[in-house]
Amino acid sequence: MIRALGWVLRRDLLLVFRRRGDVVNALVFFVIVVSLFPLGVGPETSQLRNMAPGVLWVAALLACMLSLARLFAPDHQDGTLEQMLLAGEPLVILVMGKVISHWLVSGLPLVLIAPLLGLQFDLPADALGVLCVSLLIGTPVLSLVGSVGAALTLGVRGSGALVALLILPLYVPVLIFGAGSVGATAAGTGAEAHLLLLGGFLALALVLAPWASAAALRIAME
Amino acid sequence: MNWQSWSQFLAMGGYGLYVWGSYAVTAVVLVAEIVALVMRRRGVIESLTKYYAARGRNHETKA
Amino acid sequence: MSTSKRFSWFHFSSPQTFYPLAGRMQPWFAWLAVLFCAVGLYISFFVAPTDAQQGESYRIIFIHVPAAWMSMFIYLLMGFWCGVGLVFNTRLSSMWATALAPTGALFTFIALWTGALWGKPTWGTWWVWDARLTSELILLFLYIGFMALQAAIDDQRRADKAGAVLALVGVINIPIIYFSVQWWSTLHQGSSVSMKSAPTMAMTMFAGMIIMALGFWMYSIAAALSRVRCVILERERHTEWVMAEIGGRT
Repeated sequence: MIRALGWVLRRDLLLVFRRRGDVVNALVFFVIVVSLFPLGVGPETSQLRNMAPGVLWVAALLACMLSLARLFAPDHQDGTLEQMLLAGEPLVILVMGKVISHWLVSGLPLVLIAPLLGLQFDLPADALGVLCVSLLIGTPVLSLVGSVGAALTLGVRGSGALVALLILPLYVPVLIFGAGSVGATAAGTGAEAHLLLLGGFLALALVLAPWASAAALRIAME
Repeated sequence: MNWQSWSQFLAMGGYGLYVWGSYAVTAVVLVAEIVALVMRRRGVIESLTKYYAARGRNHETKA
Repeated sequence: MSTSKRFSWFHFSSPQTFYPLAGRMQPWFAWLAVLFCAVGLYISFFVAPTDAQQGESYRIIFIHVPAAWMSMFIYLLMGFWCGVGLVFNTRLSSMWATALAPTGALFTFIALWTGALWGKPTWGTWWVWDARLTSELILLFLYIGFMALQAAIDDQRRADKAGAVLALVGVINIPIIYFSVQWWSTLHQGSSVSMKSAPTMAMTMFAGMIIMALGFWMYSIAAALSRVRCVILERERHTEWVMAEIGGRT
């Protein structure tokens, strides 16, 4: 089973590697959106520092959501998804592999570039650290929960806006505690509770989301 | 009885806007739902009647 | 020896048998709703006394709390029937869940609206992003998402099942709404009503709230019964019995 997971992971990463535009897409979107805010609200540093956790987290959330379109849809179109459903391996494992590859491509780069962007907003060093940790814990949750939305709306017309409508309510708690952790650090009250809750969300999502996605995929493909 | 007069009742101790705003919107929403349901039922029956009529005519021409 | 007809618990689980039953039940629940709401409104305006701290603005409680209770209760029922439809592949269960959703969404809206109008005079603000209000807002989005997803998918069976997965994923929001005032110190007040001890509010106020809640409950059942009848007619249009039903009207 682990081999199957590794196989799916390797295949997805190979496909992304061949079309490197996909990696860059999420990253560029993140950077551009984050950079738009200082231009829009003015360069006053105290205002930017207050806004930074929310802006960075919302941009990460939107970047992740945009990249959900390439999670299942391409495989669905060329018939690979059908083969995956017919394969002997548990669908949950294969879904898990796809979600991991999605996170590696669309989530992890955001975590790595976030400190640089945080500097744009004049965030202090400890807040930058907490930002990275919160994104590190939170972006996998976004990928996992997003996979459920992507699976439910597979092949449905107008699915872009529909996925947003379905997924954003479920993203809100992650956003609240992710951005809240950075805000709490900047305010000096400590981010432990927020990060622990985020960890809890991750644990919950790891257990439930692949199962829900697999169920949704079977429903979409029958 | 809580109220000495109609105007007292409407004013709700100064909170009239909030109390009546709540009750009125609730009433409007629930009535709108009932109306929508009645219209939906009529629409369904009307469209199904037309559907069966069209199908009936098709079957006649085929036979 | 007379032929004994064994009562089957599943007799009404087909759309064809449930349709006339729903038609017979609906007026009863509608009238019960009118009765309970009339009594509840009378209590709320003419029996319950003025509150010492909040004055007359507290009277919004007679709509706000029952609507909030219904919004959560209907979602749980919707999730339950979605689950039944998903597991047992019964069409009627999914139809019933679909019929419940709009009523639940409307009560969620009413809860949010009346809450805002109550919050302004008592807390000084229309809205605050605390745990309970935020999660109730998320509940509204979950209802809307459920309805949007079912509307977007053309194949009915797929729409039912996809909606079911979504509804079940969202069930986790309900305990969050309910326990949020215990888990976090929020602006929203804690619960004055519990199953274990006497309510901490005056009995007349409590009675008015409960009776309005019953009224809303009866109304929800009546509305859902009415809606499920429309849904059944729409989805079962290819059956003989629907043809006869419609034909009998022309």
